[in-house]
Amino acid sequence: MNSRSNKANKGHLLDSIFSSASRLCAIAVLIIIGAIMASLVAGAWPALEKFGLSFLASTEWNPVTEEFGALVAIYGTLVTTIIAMIIGVPVSFGIAIFITELCPAWLKRPIGTAIELLAAIPSIIYGMWGLFVFAPFFGDHIEPWLSDTLGQIPYAGVLFDGPPLGIGVLTAGIILGIMVIPFMAAVFRDLFEVVPPVLKESAYGIGSTTWEVLKNIVLPYTKAGVIGGIMLGMGRALGETMAVTFVIGNADRLELSLLMPGNTISSSLANQFTEAVGEIYTSSLIALGLILFLITFLVLSAAKLLLVRLTAMEGTR
Amino acid sequence: MMAQGPNVDMNLYRKRRLANLLVLFGSILTTLFGLFWLCWLLFTLFSHGFQYLALSVFTQPTPPPGESGGLANAIVGSIIITGAGILVGAPVGVLAGTFLSEFAMDSRLASAVRFINDVLLSAPSIILGVFIYEIVVVPMGHFSGWAGALALALIALPIILRTTEDMLKLVPHTMREAACALGAPRWKVTVAIVYRAARAGIFTGILLAVARITGETAPLLFTALNNQFWSSSLNEPVANLPVVIFQFAMSPYEDWQHLAWAGALLITLSVLVLNILVRTFLSGSSRR
Repeated sequence: MNSRSNKANKGHLLDSIFSSASRLCAIAVLIIIGAIMASLVAGAWPALEKFGLSFLASTEWNPVTEEFGALVAIYGTLVTTIIAMIIGVPVSFGIAIFITELCPAWLKRPIGTAIELLAAIPSIIYGMWGLFVFAPFFGDHIEPWLSDTLGQIPYAGVLFDGPPLGIGVLTAGIILGIMVIPFMAAVFRDLFEVVPPVLKESAYGIGSTTWEVLKNIVLPYTKAGVIGGIMLGMGRALGETMAVTFVIGNADRLELSLLMPGNTISSSLANQFTEAVGEIYTSSLIALGLILFLITFLVLSAAKLLLVRLTAMEGTR
Repeated sequence: MMAQGPNVDMNLYRKRRLANLLVLFGSILTTLFGLFWLCWLLFTLFSHGFQYLALSVFTQPTPPPGESGGLANAIVGSIIITGAGILVGAPVGVLAGTFLSEFAMDSRLASAVRFINDVLLSAPSIILGVFIYEIVVVPMGHFSGWAGALALALIALPIILRTTEDMLKLVPHTMREAACALGAPRWKVTVAIVYRAARAGIFTGILLAVARITGETAPLLFTALNNQFWSSSLNEPVANLPVVIFQFAMSPYEDWQHLAWAGALLITLSVLVLNILVRTFLSGSSRR
């Protein structure tokens, strides 16, 4: 009797140890994100104190005079992300349409896997390929053509005006675009498959074409999720480091032309962090990191909230 | 009127069919566009890297510029840092995933953890590097392999957490109930029944995390740094493949660049092999 209750007690003890250990590990995730935020704010504090809000608006980035502003890096980050989205969104969309609507069943897996492998390739490989293969090709063949045609358009032409260096903001944006395709394509694909077949079949039944079903049934049904998927891709593009660092050229000057070298927040960090001397320099870099963290946190949270509906819809299928 | 009717219909019909064909054709083009980059990347890696993939790459340490050498210390360092990162990240990830699936289910804490975990999953890895720099490298006063391993653990954790939860949820409830009915305590049900049933899935999650952190460069730049020589402990800067590739590729020396290509091919091959392994595991467990 005694030994049995001992055993039950022991079981009880182990039970509470096990469940509290697992609870602790789950809470660790929350602590980590809080600690990241706290350490970034603490590290960025000297710079934020010195420059105040003008840090966000200044284009100065001068380690010698210790004057720093984030605008060039923020601008580069946003522009490369926009270029990436312009390329990535329609392509991912097309791939998702192909895989869900058009592809014969035996091809679905190989093609799906191949597209996912694009996401598996480490970003440093994209960077090397971009620097040694893509950028020279782009600078020799595409960029001269771009500045001869698009560069001649009044006003907007400024964007494509400049020497064909190969490396630069546009090249970085294009490579980012390729890198985010697999993430968005996977989300779109899942979304398209969540649409109840009955809805699609009714539309087909009254004679709709595949495109009309997509446009009038699938898209309205998955609207929130599609935006969530785009946000997810954006989150990836905003924070991508190595590929951009290789090809963007690392110039701390604000240039309107997309063909000129620039900088993003993550590439500034990758290039300058270990070499930064002095408290203000390091602190300014950490402040850049804080800005990036806040932007991606907001974008990813929005993505997550929009995509939550996806799982909810799956439940009612 | 009667004669015009079918004609108008035919026009509309043609237009609709044309629009449809254009979209479907476009979707084929975009798929080819995606596959095109994959082929170009892989072709580049093989054509640039394969010729430099000699035996010496695996046996000799990284050379000074102008001398012959290999990547042996970086390969070993990478394996050690990755292993240490997984050793730290996997237990925490698996336990936290267990908490979400077995203990918390739909509580508020669980949904908060799920939410934050998904954000962490896509958070920029360079930020994690800065974070570890602040809390490990600065207090210790020097770069170290441990700092690198911790940064990688932070990347591995959300991946492992998520797959563990998903995989545990696939285990049928009746199995847990049967074990409970026999009088087994909760921990025993979890460890002996649920874990065992989801073994392949949990392992897949860990493999996935290994694949992801194998090529990670950004968080190692200011944590593990690099080392020209063999590292004797994780307490000092450790040579690792991604950072060596970065430095060698950006250098003006040709033999360094050649080694960088060999390393790039090596890393990509191992990541691709890991991914294919994961896929076979997954298809094996879903067939059951």
